[in-house]
Amino acid sequence: MSPVQLPPALQDVEPVRSIRTPARLEYTFTAGRATSRFLRGIQSHKILGERCGTCGKVILPPRGSCPIDGVPTSEQVELPDRGIVTTFCVVNVKFSGSAMELPYVCATVLPDGGDMGLFGMIQEIPFDQVRMGMRVEAVWVEDDQLTHDLASIKWWRPTGEPDAAYETYREHV
Amino acid sequence: MRDVAVVAFAQSQHVRREPYRNEVELLMPVLHQVKSDVGLDQTQIDFTCSGSTDYLAGSAFSFVSTLDGVGASPPISESHVEMDGAWALYEAWVKIQTGAADTALVYGYGKSSPGSLRDVLSRQLDPYYQAPLWPDSLALAALQARACLDAGVTDVAEMAGIAARSRRAAAANPYAQLQGSDDPEVLLKEPEIAAPLRRHDCPPITDGAAAVILAAGDRARELSEHPAWIRGLDHRVEAHALGVRDLTASVSTRQAAEHAGVGEGPVDVAELHAPFTHQEVLVRRALGLGDGVSVNPSGGPLAGNPLIAAGLIRIGEAASRISRGEAQRAVAHATSGPCLQQNLVCVLEGEG
Repeated sequence: MSPVQLPPALQDVEPVRSIRTPARLEYTFTAGRATSRFLRGIQSHKILGERCGTCGKVILPPRGSCPIDGVPTSEQVELPDRGIVTTFCVVNVKFSGSAMELPYVCATVLPDGGDMGLFGMIQEIPFDQVRMGMRVEAVWVEDDQLTHDLASIKWWRPTGEPDAAYETYREHV
Repeated sequence: MRDVAVVAFAQSQHVRREPYRNEVELLMPVLHQVKSDVGLDQTQIDFTCSGSTDYLAGSAFSFVSTLDGVGASPPISESHVEMDGAWALYEAWVKIQTGAADTALVYGYGKSSPGSLRDVLSRQLDPYYQAPLWPDSLALAALQARACLDAGVTDVAEMAGIAARSRRAAAANPYAQLQGSDDPEVLLKEPEIAAPLRRHDCPPITDGAAAVILAAGDRARELSEHPAWIRGLDHRVEAHALGVRDLTASVSTRQAAEHAGVGEGPVDVAELHAPFTHQEVLVRRALGLGDGVSVNPSGGPLAGNPLIAAGLIRIGEAASRISRGEAQRAVAHATSGPCLQQNLVCVLEGEG
């Protein structure tokens, strides 16, 4: 390809290497009926899963359908705010917006009686002692600070109970 | 080529704003209906293909979350296009042509209400020259309408007539968002909102969903007493830059129509995805449709325009008229992009 012939006035100017074209769009997001039920539960200090009428699994957090069977979940089920760590990772990198002190542990916590885990932080234990199968309980914000937001659960902490055997949660990993 | 037919079609009630249900909750009843119409569960469907775009509802991986409404376990053969569901149907039709599938579920859905749609649509434009200027979707359509008026392709009276005819026809469509219209001469007394377009020239903003089931050969005959056979299917795209296109003719529609074989027989019904009134004139011309063709008996996109579903709905509506025996040969058209940038044409026929 032969180079483009520039007029003399443009021959010694800095080339354009990038342009900035900021874009911002605002949306009014609809959580949906099932998610709204779940988030209202969180505001009331409750973890509410929804049971699939076909496979019987308790979906958490509910989004309106059973992802296995593709049908609406039909029954609301209150779950305890205690469960087990099914998997976790140690975070060593600072993310924007996170106030967590490094390193910290984020995990999938399977509440007792649920079939899907919730995402959360593990605290009140050294990061290198967190393990799969560890039993934990939720630490909530003060009652007057509860909102319809999973941040209402500050983190999960060990209960001190014996670890769950891998066979009891392997299908949820 | 394998014979492939539309054997089921369902759509949601189209509304200006779906304030309570998320996308999977909006879509799921439509998926259940098409499957139950032909008595299939997900394990009996060989291929699933969807159309959606994250820009509409402003949620990342929208199509992954709506797969939760399909029943995708055990894992299914699945694909997705960031386009109208009509293009998802094209992909499914090709998949069936390869012999890798005999049945396919196709769906498309869009919630246009969560954002400012006129601005959201500007994000599909050229990122250096056009998108930074935020030209909104009505303004771009108005540029095309002005070019059409100046070229004598149409006039405002014809455009108002198309609006009135579409929304009156929609009175017989229980899923339509807008039904009924004032007389064209009354419409023309309204002010222009993006000159030369008046409100009646523009499609409504719509939340909605649709789904189709395709099947090949004898499988289609097993599933439906009156399959609507796809006899031709083609899509073409024009340049991204509006400045290099002739906005007063739809070249890509004409080419797609030639390859789909629109002119090889008489057309009883045409379902055209022409969101703006002047665009119906362009698409009708490009397809070579005569005056005897019934255009958009459903009301078309002027009566309900759920983005990403509206093109697929044209195919479903045309197929339904064939399956009900109201038409023997029908043309369905879908469009995408500003000013009819990309167009798909589908020819459907009844048995015999």
